Amino acid sequence: MRVDIEDLSVEVAGARLVRDVELRAESGQFVGVVGPNGSGKSTLLRCVYRALRPTYGRVLLDGDDLHGLTAREGARRLAALPQESGGEFDFTVAEVVAMGRLPHQRAAGRTSREDTDVCAAALEQVGAGHLTDRGFLTLSGGEKQRVLIARALAQRPKVLVLDEPTNHLDISQQLEVLALVRDSGLTVLAALHDLNLAATHCDVLYVVHGGRLVASGPPDEVLTAGLLADVFGVRAHRVPHPVSGVPQLLFDRLPR
Amino acid sequence: MATTAHAPPGSTTAPARRIPLPPLLAGLAVALLGSLLCCVALGSSGIGWGRVLRYLGAGLTGGRIEADEVSAYTIVWELRFPRALLAAVVGAGLAAVGVATQALVRNALADPFVLGISSGAAVGANAVLLFGVLGSLGVWALSSAAFLSALASMALVYAAARGTGHGLTPLRLVLVGTAMYYGFSAITTLMVFSADRGDAARSAMMWLLGSLGGASWQSVPIAAGAVLLGLGYLLWSARGLNVLAMGDETSSALGVDPERRRRVLFVVVAAVTGAVVAVSGAIGFVGLMVPHATRMLVGADHRRVLAVAPLLGAVLLVWVDVVSRLLLAPVELPVGVITALIGVPCFILLMRRRGYTFGGA
Repeated sequence: MRVDIEDLSVEVAGARLVRDVELRAESGQFVGVVGPNGSGKSTLLRCVYRALRPTYGRVLLDGDDLHGLTAREGARRLAALPQESGGEFDFTVAEVVAMGRLPHQRAAGRTSREDTDVCAAALEQVGAGHLTDRGFLTLSGGEKQRVLIARALAQRPKVLVLDEPTNHLDISQQLEVLALVRDSGLTVLAALHDLNLAATHCDVLYVVHGGRLVASGPPDEVLTAGLLADVFGVRAHRVPHPVSGVPQLLFDRLPR
Repeated sequence: MATTAHAPPGSTTAPARRIPLPPLLAGLAVALLGSLLCCVALGSSGIGWGRVLRYLGAGLTGGRIEADEVSAYTIVWELRFPRALLAAVVGAGLAAVGVATQALVRNALADPFVLGISSGAAVGANAVLLFGVLGSLGVWALSSAAFLSALASMALVYAAARGTGHGLTPLRLVLVGTAMYYGFSAITTLMVFSADRGDAARSAMMWLLGSLGGASWQSVPIAAGAVLLGLGYLLWSARGLNVLAMGDETSSALGVDPERRRRVLFVVVAAVTGAVVAVSGAIGFVGLMVPHATRMLVGADHRRVLAVAPLLGAVLLVWVDVVSRLLLAPVELPVGVITALIGVPCFILLMRRRGYTFGGA
């Protein structure tokens, strides 16, 4: 499913957090959104998973205006992993994943056989089948993120939106989580902090700075030393990854 | 290495153990019936079990009562039985709104009273008790005043918490509700001190700490109706409550508009709290403790919690009422005193035993 963001702006309490952003994610693409803290990445993504209504502009899923769909319909096409710890309530892993079925269920209806099967398959897909009966709050950061991905998969969406999914994970978990997302085959729109991970995993990168889009394209075209100096305020050196050949970045402080 | 770690770090906690729902519900239903019977049979007038059962049978089926038994029959059928039923209804209602409030404000310390609604109801109730406001409504004056002022305080809390552009966030609800609680309590205290009656403080205090002494066949169905309607809505929206408890962003992503859901939930909680408080006064602690105790038994899933908590609350309050009537008989103690005296140690014991955080094993 294709995602188009058209001319999107967000104003909150008089402040423009996002201005005139145009973005396209083709079906099955892994699209990364990068930018310094406070650049508007999260705000932009929140408009896509409906936590926020854009002040101007639209989000289209295969041409349909997302905010014209009912909340349930929207949640059946698009799932998200927000930057949220998951509250204090001690749900089991199975219960957390089952929440992903909500957009497919009638409010008072019973849990169907299909619901149970989809949830079990989603947990297996992320390699967390053994965690089913564990308390969600007792899991490690990486395990939690797997379970939340399983919940998103249980929604049976076409699009997956992730807001910094690798935060607070150790490096092996970061690589695993991104590989899981990649292998899902869904259209992915992810805000990422780590530019090297973004360069390795994304088909297309969009760079946001001060609420505006400043660059977009394949990672090796976008992540130039000039852009990194302008946007992130660092001096960057590009070296090819010895195995994959993907350009990786080494950083210094900018000379004053 | 000589030793091998069998479990990876983090998996040392056993899988969450949950009691299966059907036997638990059946057991609680039986316990509730038994508790109601005990509550009706136990009392200071020494009416034997056989006669109690016979009177209940007569009351339910319309049988004959001999002339010399009328006063005993009246005690059983007109006083104790409605009172036992009201205890069950109030206990169930407080437990259900307690569960809903904790999901609403996502706070373990929340109970229906942090929203300021019960102390608002107290203002109305005391206006009736102390100054005879709404006198034309007769026996309905107290509960009408309590319910109406509960709704009025709900509107106040809602208006104050709903900031410009921020919507109804959990934190604002708790802060405004707590502030309002103190405000309303101050007004009640002012009224007590300015009332020109010797027993003002005592009657105000009785109401503030809760009493089921006002139970009658008129008040039970109204309270029961409100509680059942509220509970019906909560059970119907239980999956949404689960999602809401995970956070606003998660709710939005799963197709549940958190703002709108919270608004509806707030109104339901306020109306049920108002109805319950109107007939029983402000009985504390049930709405805080029973939801947590329930989660320790069945986990955090609101579909299970909302099935079990009302039954547990009903059983608890029926027994609390028995104790409040008998402990210092013939003096009747406020129900809130007993809920706290029994509840606090039980709660702390349970919590220590299970390593409880918020919702389960």
